[in-house]
Amino acid sequence: MAIAALAGFVGALTGLGGGIIITPALTLLFGVDIRYAIGATLVGVIATSSGAAAAYVREGYTNIRIGLFLEIATTLGAIEGAILATAVPTSALAVIFGTVLLYSAWQTARPGPVSAAAAAPDPLAARLRMNSTYPTPEGPRAYQVQGVGYGFGLMAGAGAISGLLGIGSGAFKVLAMDRAMKLPFKVSTTTSNFMIGVTAAASAGVYLNRGYIDPGLAMPVMLGVLAGSSLGARLLAAARTKVLRALFGLVLVFIAIQMIYSGLKGAL
Amino acid sequence: MSRDGGARRWTDERIEKLVGNLLRAGVLISAAVVLVSGICYLWHAGTGAAEYHFFHGEPSPLNSVSGILASLRTLDCRASIQFGILLLMATPVARVAAAALGFYLQGDRTYVVVSLAVLAILALSLSGYWVR
Repeated sequence: MAIAALAGFVGALTGLGGGIIITPALTLLFGVDIRYAIGATLVGVIATSSGAAAAYVREGYTNIRIGLFLEIATTLGAIEGAILATAVPTSALAVIFGTVLLYSAWQTARPGPVSAAAAAPDPLAARLRMNSTYPTPEGPRAYQVQGVGYGFGLMAGAGAISGLLGIGSGAFKVLAMDRAMKLPFKVSTTTSNFMIGVTAAASAGVYLNRGYIDPGLAMPVMLGVLAGSSLGARLLAAARTKVLRALFGLVLVFIAIQMIYSGLKGAL
Repeated sequence: MSRDGGARRWTDERIEKLVGNLLRAGVLISAAVVLVSGICYLWHAGTGAAEYHFFHGEPSPLNSVSGILASLRTLDCRASIQFGILLLMATPVARVAAAALGFYLQGDRTYVVVSLAVLAILALSLSGYWVR
């Protein structure tokens, strides 16, 4: 339960969702079967997302239009992934996933392109009324959305990974919005958090119907994650983006090593 | 003109507030249900370590929406934990539904269609359509 609380805390702060920490913890530390772990984690992921998003939405960081539009891609991807989960060897997947995560960590660690704001906005974003503002200490600041199609494609992949491994795959959602669509980092993390719950609910439906969600295991995970995530959400408004990025990168590296190691060992 | 008036009354900000409150309520209610049934479950199950090392699948009544609702009548603690989890899973669904309603009141047809598409995908998933 303490691990679940910690996972929820980090998850909310970074927009990751915390699932990628819970699954390895349950399987590696407690020897829980991966299928139970995935089921419980999905529940925890929904809890983190909803618990934190409630706070963000009211503060005005989340872009609901972008979130909803991209959710078409993530939910379809999630269901696809959840159905594929039994067919694909998870050990091979863990290694690929870990490698991709290492790459993402390296990407996140690099300073963001300064020219981001000057680049041409996507006309599709204007037609879909995605451009919005976000609160700063100096008042609301406007931002323009780019690469809508590219982001949509990345989201389908993020959804598939989410369904396959039972995680929120917030890392990919944040990357898609931060890098491809050039959203402000806090808008990316909070909108990702908003989307994670919906994506996880889509795959959780498949997992529930397959009997992968056990009440005895899901209960402590859900309650622990909720406690941690509400604390994390409270801290976000005060946190600095630079610190967030560093934390985010560290979490990615940690998970990546974990994934590759257990994949090679055949533990996943 | 009435469309403009509607748009002014149902601003994005107001939709977001509605959605935010809905989320909080859903999470709090489901957490309370899971907490109470969790205590009940532990009370009855005692301290005997649970067996999770091998996968054997949930007994069939607890792996479908209708099954969970049906076993709720027997006052089984595991069933009511599962019901709480179901409530939690329903919050993102309700969130999308609320957004659909908000965009409808705004007269934003594009986003009504977008929200309804997401809603349909979620409903099919929960009903087990993709599994059978």
